[in-house]
Amino acid sequence: MKDVVITFLCMAILLYFLLGGADFGAGIIELFTSTKNRSKTRKTMYHAIGPVWEANHMWLIIAIVILFVGFPHIYTTMSVYLHIPLAIMLIGIIARGTAFVFRHYDAVKDDMQWFYNRIFRYSSFITALFLGIIAGSLISGHINTQATDFYSAYIAGWLNWFSVAVGFFTVALCGFLAAIYLIGETKEAHDKRRFIKKAEFMNVAAVVFGGMVFIAAQRDGIPLIDWVFKSNVGLSAIVLASLSLVLLWYLLIKGKTKVLRILAGFQVTMILLAISYAHFPNFIRLKSGDAISLLETAGPEKTIYSLGLALLLGSVLILPFLGYLFYKFQKKEE
Amino acid sequence: MDDFIAARSQMALSLGFHIIFSCIGMVMPFFMAVSHYKWLKTNDEVYKNLTKAWSKGVAIFFATGAVSGTMLSFELGLLWPKFMDHAGPIFGMPFSLEGTAFFIEAIALGFFLYGWNKLNKWFHWFTGMVVGVSGLASGILVVAANAWMNSPAGFDFVNGEYLNIDPIQAMFNKAWFSQALHMCLAAFTATGFAVAGVHALMILRDRNKEFHLKAFKIAAIFACIGALLQPLSGDISAKDVAKRQPAKLAAMEALYKTEKPAPLLIGGIVNEKDKTVKGAIKIPGALSFLAHGDFKAEVKGLDQIPENEHPPVAITHYAFQIMVGIGTLLLLISLVYFFNLIRKKPLLEKPWLLKLFVLAIPLGYIALEAGWVVTEVGRQPWIIYGIMRTKDAVTPMPGIAYSFYIFSAIYISLSIIVAFLLYRQIKMVPVLYNQPEKNH
Repeated sequence: MKDVVITFLCMAILLYFLLGGADFGAGIIELFTSTKNRSKTRKTMYHAIGPVWEANHMWLIIAIVILFVGFPHIYTTMSVYLHIPLAIMLIGIIARGTAFVFRHYDAVKDDMQWFYNRIFRYSSFITALFLGIIAGSLISGHINTQATDFYSAYIAGWLNWFSVAVGFFTVALCGFLAAIYLIGETKEAHDKRRFIKKAEFMNVAAVVFGGMVFIAAQRDGIPLIDWVFKSNVGLSAIVLASLSLVLLWYLLIKGKTKVLRILAGFQVTMILLAISYAHFPNFIRLKSGDAISLLETAGPEKTIYSLGLALLLGSVLILPFLGYLFYKFQKKEE
Repeated sequence: MDDFIAARSQMALSLGFHIIFSCIGMVMPFFMAVSHYKWLKTNDEVYKNLTKAWSKGVAIFFATGAVSGTMLSFELGLLWPKFMDHAGPIFGMPFSLEGTAFFIEAIALGFFLYGWNKLNKWFHWFTGMVVGVSGLASGILVVAANAWMNSPAGFDFVNGEYLNIDPIQAMFNKAWFSQALHMCLAAFTATGFAVAGVHALMILRDRNKEFHLKAFKIAAIFACIGALLQPLSGDISAKDVAKRQPAKLAAMEALYKTEKPAPLLIGGIVNEKDKTVKGAIKIPGALSFLAHGDFKAEVKGLDQIPENEHPPVAITHYAFQIMVGIGTLLLLISLVYFFNLIRKKPLLEKPWLLKLFVLAIPLGYIALEAGWVVTEVGRQPWIIYGIMRTKDAVTPMPGIAYSFYIFSAIYISLSIIVAFLLYRQIKMVPVLYNQPEKNH
């Protein structure tokens, strides 16, 4: 049952990255859109993610519940030593989640819209940035559970070159996912071109920041290169991601939207796999050289068993219903 | 500000905020479903407009409840890591099921809000019902987790270790039923009175009378049934607390000395230093009856509980008085309303009755929050009753006061914006719903 629970955890994290990430990306894209095109971008975006908006963010809840029920030691270590970035990410989640709904449900469309839009854009950026910083910090090996002073216990763990580079890399990936998704949601040729341009821009940004992640890893003494290139899985994942990049640019120029989405999702999945496979099942790497492993710190057997059952039962109920939601609001486009 | 006090304040604030939003989010879908059903059955345009108007309220409250709930699932660890380290695997079962229920609710809401003219009309109605039912299930599950903190079960506590963990037994702890029942009824009563009150105000102001009267009737019936049943559920809760948490019951009634029979105190000023209560109305034997069903029974006072296990008495006592006081008032309003219904008197001729409902707009929520103060403050100094103290669970990170200030600012601004949005939605009713052809 432990395997079932860990599979669900990985799946929830991945889906949050892809679906929630595309939502963050929508705000980021809006941030990087010229003023005259913003309201159009906003409309397309609302149309695209409105119906699935709330559902996309449930994956985070699923992931966090699995962590605190099944792997409490991981959850509490994160909560204590990454308190500050988690709190900032939460402020971002609160701000963008409410701003998105408020701007649609304000019965009077006036200057308040300006205010909601601002909040939505900036908080989308910040949430994605800090989500990346947290992810980077977990594997950076900078978390110091034996620290005695405030800075090394609560700041140095996440405020380092590697974590911050991963943060910006995540922002670029989210923007990229959103742009690819939005291409298929608009019918106007002009807008399509605009989103294609955005996707290209974000893709270049992702490659640049990806490079910076490697440089920062080198600087901070993180064996990222070994993880990626010394394991067969890591290597094949990165090769596949690179190959798909070529195909992706070809499809971008051709404007094939459906395949593009799958390919973009595949690419991000491969990147996550390349980075995380080498140290799986370790979830948090500590400064002391130890690591907190999913397998070793799992909760008691009965807990894992009932958690697994609850997740299986939940997915029987959720997945068809969710699939139908995506299907129904996709279909109407055609 | 002391870090421990700051952590408790932040938790109280977050819960206090989340509770109101999630209650509205779990009750309003039922009002919506009733109105939607009437629209489908009668083809009366007003019901369709009402359903749409309410669904906008649901969307706003659901989004706010969802983000504040996400916040809470992290906050448990951010503020109380030592608690979660031990409690997570034991009381996690309701949370993992709640994740499912919440997820289904979010999907169903997507269908409902965007499904107008796109789905089969009865499937569309059904998705609205699913929003309500799964919301209600989420509420019950979360309360079951809280009940575990009041009534720990499903493990053996041996030499500071938590052994033989059984999450199912933990979920069905002794307090889950009485707490969940009380909470659900409270949610329906508070939301019902708030919604009915707002529409009553609009009727009194002579705006879109037909629309607001239909809305009022749906909300009022839920509110009044809730208010009538709540005292029965309160009685179950009181007997339950008397058995399991005598310290909480004693604090609720500021019963410093064990008495046989014990009087019920109404009001009064508590002096925690002298351990006295001044100016309260005493009803002899009533507390004995409430706690044990026997006017002559002995009720344990705080004198039988070690001093370092006493909850704050004044806050618990006042909160309990507020809850019961308001509950009684709402019960009376409900009785008058039902009397009026039976006599088939038209409401519009009774502005005073509508005014009573307007008065009751905030009351249900005040009672609901007071009730949670009784549960949570009355459990202190424990975070897991009798097992772990709250102060031992707090995060080692210093400077929580700043976090408290920041989140207070956020929650206060959010409350203001939500109130402002609702005001605008209500103000725009004549524009949005008077010309059916202009509906979107």
